Amino acid sequence: MALSIEDIKKVAHLARIEVSESDAVATLTKLTGILSLIEQMQAVDTTGIEPMSHSQDLSQRLRDDIVTKTNLRDEFQKNAPLLGNGSTEQAVAGGLYLVPKVIE
Amino acid sequence: MINSSLKQLGEMLQAKKISSVELTQTFLDRIQQYNPNINAYIALDEGKTLAQAKAADARIAAGNVAPLTGIPIAQKDIFCAKGWQTTCGSKMLANFIAPYDAHIITQFDAAGAVNLGKTNMDEFAMGSSNETSYFGGVKNPWSFDRVPGGSSGGSAAAVAARLCAAATGTDTGGSIRQPASLCGFTGLKPTYGAVSRFGMIAFASSLDQAGPMAKSAEDCALMMNVMAGFDERDSTSLNREKEDYTRDLYNSNQAKPLQGLKVGLPKEYFSEGLDANVGNVIEAAIAEYKNLGAEIVDISLPNTGLSIPVYYVLAPAEASSNLSRYDGVRYGHRAAEYTDLMDMYNKSRAEGFGAEVKRRILIGTYVLSAGYYDAYYLKAQQIRRLIAQDFVEAFKKCDVIMGPAAPSTAFKAGEKVDDPVAMYLQDIYTISTNLAGLPGMSIPAGFAQSDDGVSLPVGLQIIGNYFDEARMLNVAHQYQQVTDWHTRMPAGLE
Repeated sequence: MALSIEDIKKVAHLARIEVSESDAVATLTKLTGILSLIEQMQAVDTTGIEPMSHSQDLSQRLRDDIVTKTNLRDEFQKNAPLLGNGSTEQAVAGGLYLVPKVIE
Repeated sequence: MINSSLKQLGEMLQAKKISSVELTQTFLDRIQQYNPNINAYIALDEGKTLAQAKAADARIAAGNVAPLTGIPIAQKDIFCAKGWQTTCGSKMLANFIAPYDAHIITQFDAAGAVNLGKTNMDEFAMGSSNETSYFGGVKNPWSFDRVPGGSSGGSAAAVAARLCAAATGTDTGGSIRQPASLCGFTGLKPTYGAVSRFGMIAFASSLDQAGPMAKSAEDCALMMNVMAGFDERDSTSLNREKEDYTRDLYNSNQAKPLQGLKVGLPKEYFSEGLDANVGNVIEAAIAEYKNLGAEIVDISLPNTGLSIPVYYVLAPAEASSNLSRYDGVRYGHRAAEYTDLMDMYNKSRAEGFGAEVKRRILIGTYVLSAGYYDAYYLKAQQIRRLIAQDFVEAFKKCDVIMGPAAPSTAFKAGEKVDDPVAMYLQDIYTISTNLAGLPGMSIPAGFAQSDDGVSLPVGLQIIGNYFDEARMLNVAHQYQQVTDWHTRMPAGLE
């Protein structure tokens, strides 16, 4: 299945990765090569074969409904990125993370 | 001292012939001397490291000793270690200081081992040459213009150049075994679920597995005793009784210690694509196994060739999901300039990820997107079952499977970096065991001449059935009792 530049842009948008026109062209070449490798699968008849998502066919364990994690919010917030757009402050305030305004 | 086994080092420490501080300082000095060139380590912290060594000495003085107490271990930079820079080889996490410990770090700390530093790796463990690291490539200690393999390339170079007593790695498609082959040491990828993934930065969660990288099978067994075991914080950790991985090593003195062992040779691992000089080394190793009493059985793993296409659907699919967490909001890289939230996501991810990681995220997003899911993702999962069934059939005829770990010796830096498909073929002999969840290891089996006349290490791969690590380690150990390939070290690094 041939990929187009439009496909690359669409997938990049879904993956939330900005691609420039020139990046998109270079990416198209590489991804086309990888997809032709993947296409080898289509020669295999897999009718009736149960898909295998995992090597161990285990069900999820249950545990008691009690708090097991300690609150590390302050520790975690030390790793917050800088706010950007000229600010050298960390993108945190009052125990929350700061992002651009999303609701008008 | 740098060539001593972990057991020997443990005995020297307990007899107080050396202190952990002296031993640790020896390796720190070697790192200072050789690492600027080899680039095996991303993060070093002498203060933290020596504090652990001092604590280990106090513990030894108090008589509270475990087998790895006081021994300096290099940790792949995929494992969170509290207070340590933990980057996963990516610009995305270049400033990330881990706020907690991975399970295996907790285990090593409890054993009294010393964390020597964080080792270089392909970005998010995606690569077979360590060339995708944001922190630069790693040199193969056997030939500085060649790659160490990947993704655990820093740990590999650190073990080969004796810049640590032993190291940890992770293996999603061959990232312990291929570098072990290219750098000439012993590496084990355990059964999926044997070692907890808690605190190990995720790439492809149904395939990722941590394991030891060390000079010998005995060293790997001692490392496994620390690393393996149930951890309820990893939902795929297997709840099995704790086992002693050294249990089979010391009880066979007879001339043919592997009498009756059935070794399967898959014909697909000896066909086109295998370097002829590598093939000769593997055949010589098999002959040595016959001398040890092993019986050779011809087997077939007919779907081996499909393992790479299947892997390059499933691993990128899982990666595209796992790596969606890097959004520039709570940690990791955030773009310096952006307009709105969408622009912040797009730019932060475009800047923070390298080219190979982006390629795999895009492939993964594509194969999971509407209209393609059945043709790619579901199809790959179906063939994954066929690949796993190949092994079920094979293990009806043999106890272990042997073959090459990698199709060639170490290749030159830059040689495959612009050709992802050629790079992916490096893992042709290792990927299928990850898909099946089986344990596999690579042990030094000799040296082969490269095209330009350089003698380079070759690894023999040993694949076992589920949970058969103790037997595999003994199969490797018996070979290491009658050969000395695993004791060789690169020239010029004494």
